[in-house]
Amino acid sequence: MTYSAFRILKEGLTGNKGWTPAWRDPDPQEGYDVVIVGGGGHGLSTAYYLSNKFGVRNVAVVEKGLLGGGNIGRNTTIIRSNYMLPGNEPFYEMSMKLWEGLEQDTNYNSMVSQRSILNLFHSDGQRDAFVRRANSMFLAGADAELADQAQLRRELPFLDFDNARFPIKGGLYQRRGGTARHDAVAWGYARGADMQGVDLIQNCEVTGFDIKDGVCHGVQTTRGAIKAKKVAVCVAGSSSHVMAMAGMRLPIESHVLQAFVSEGLKPVLPGVITFGAGHFYVSQSDKGGLVFGGDIDGYNSYAQRGNLPVVEDVCEGGMAIMPMIGRARLLRSWGGIMDMSMDGSPFIDKTHIDGLYFNGGWCYGGFKATPASGYCYAHLLATDEPHEVATELRLDRFKRGHMIDEKGVGNQPNLH
Amino acid sequence: MIINHPILGPRDAAEFVYLGDASLIDRPDWQAEDAAEQFYKYGYLRDNPAGQHQELWYHEQGDRSWLVVTRNTLSHEITQVELARDVARAKGRDT
Repeated sequence: MTYSAFRILKEGLTGNKGWTPAWRDPDPQEGYDVVIVGGGGHGLSTAYYLSNKFGVRNVAVVEKGLLGGGNIGRNTTIIRSNYMLPGNEPFYEMSMKLWEGLEQDTNYNSMVSQRSILNLFHSDGQRDAFVRRANSMFLAGADAELADQAQLRRELPFLDFDNARFPIKGGLYQRRGGTARHDAVAWGYARGADMQGVDLIQNCEVTGFDIKDGVCHGVQTTRGAIKAKKVAVCVAGSSSHVMAMAGMRLPIESHVLQAFVSEGLKPVLPGVITFGAGHFYVSQSDKGGLVFGGDIDGYNSYAQRGNLPVVEDVCEGGMAIMPMIGRARLLRSWGGIMDMSMDGSPFIDKTHIDGLYFNGGWCYGGFKATPASGYCYAHLLATDEPHEVATELRLDRFKRGHMIDEKGVGNQPNLH
Repeated sequence: MIINHPILGPRDAAEFVYLGDASLIDRPDWQAEDAAEQFYKYGYLRDNPAGQHQELWYHEQGDRSWLVVTRNTLSHEITQVELARDVARAKGRDT
């Protein structure tokens, strides 16, 4: 069923009786060409691009819980491509371009809103660093715009420009950045994959891999064994846990990241704004709540909940740039498990086991990467060659000394 | 989280800096034949368990001691706190 305004009108006039479920709920078959482990954003987008762009349709996605129940359902919805390093920036810019065509592509309203992202800077040195970042964004075909303080005073008069400790000197805009409706992204990909015949199998936990003589032939699950020519793992925070079943240790630590929503307010924030002297990012949802977050808690965790010191730190960051939010009440907070890699950059790669592939290490930046991650993973699965924008996202890069360390803090996952 | 410091008693975890898995105490022998491989594993690969985890915390806002904390990564419950110095010596380290 194609969704359209006409369809809404027609269904509205006929009692909304013609809607059908957006995807089937199939039982697992005996075997598939590709089994994707993990029905989150990246797994579903991989299934979507495999079936829609690469013609691989004998595919199953196996998911322990419900589709889109992990980090795709609990992030702060920001999309952007304002990275710097050559191994990263072309990849994220490809993702940005896929975002721009996503809704037409999937025929699903993902509420992609290019409302801009603004990274504030607070010192001359930081401005220089942002100019450099902007130039490397240009090299990858992305957009960037440096705004001085006078411009920001006109556009965003509520910012605390004269903060005694961190005065706001200006900011780096990416006007094409913004937000998207996170759940709808997963649902749109799921529906698009299902329409091509991909089996989306929920409540099906992988309990082991069938590996013989260095070749992976399938997975064991709570709903029986499933054969597969290729097994593609894509499980974010559970990466280490799942890959340990294949005998692998990963350059990943799992950490908890908290996010927050305030009570609903009238429109106050035009786009996404980030604090340059601490870690705070905020946007306003269409329902009016301020959606914001900051640093990870900083210790290994699988608990999906964090602690109060980070709540305080995040709120302090918010107060430092926009004191107007001080009287807004915090409505909800939650935590998600981040697969923090050793250099802050992800992996889309084959493993040393034939037929076993790995996608992970997205740290707390996986949402914006959802389209390109799926596209590049699908490319790798379909052709056995990395996509040209993902050639650096390899598992062996630490051994070779080719870390992609945007922040330059070394192999300390909780600092990325 | 409250970390029950062996010398100072219960302290807020916010006073500490987290380093990571306590296996970082076991620095490989730099003169070994396979030192490069050992240091790769030491520097970059982690068990990252869901459950009991022994980890290094540094009391930066306190007495600047290194601690080995045994904590459950699923519940954040801390069951044991030792001075890293004692743990290292028990393993035969003299420095």
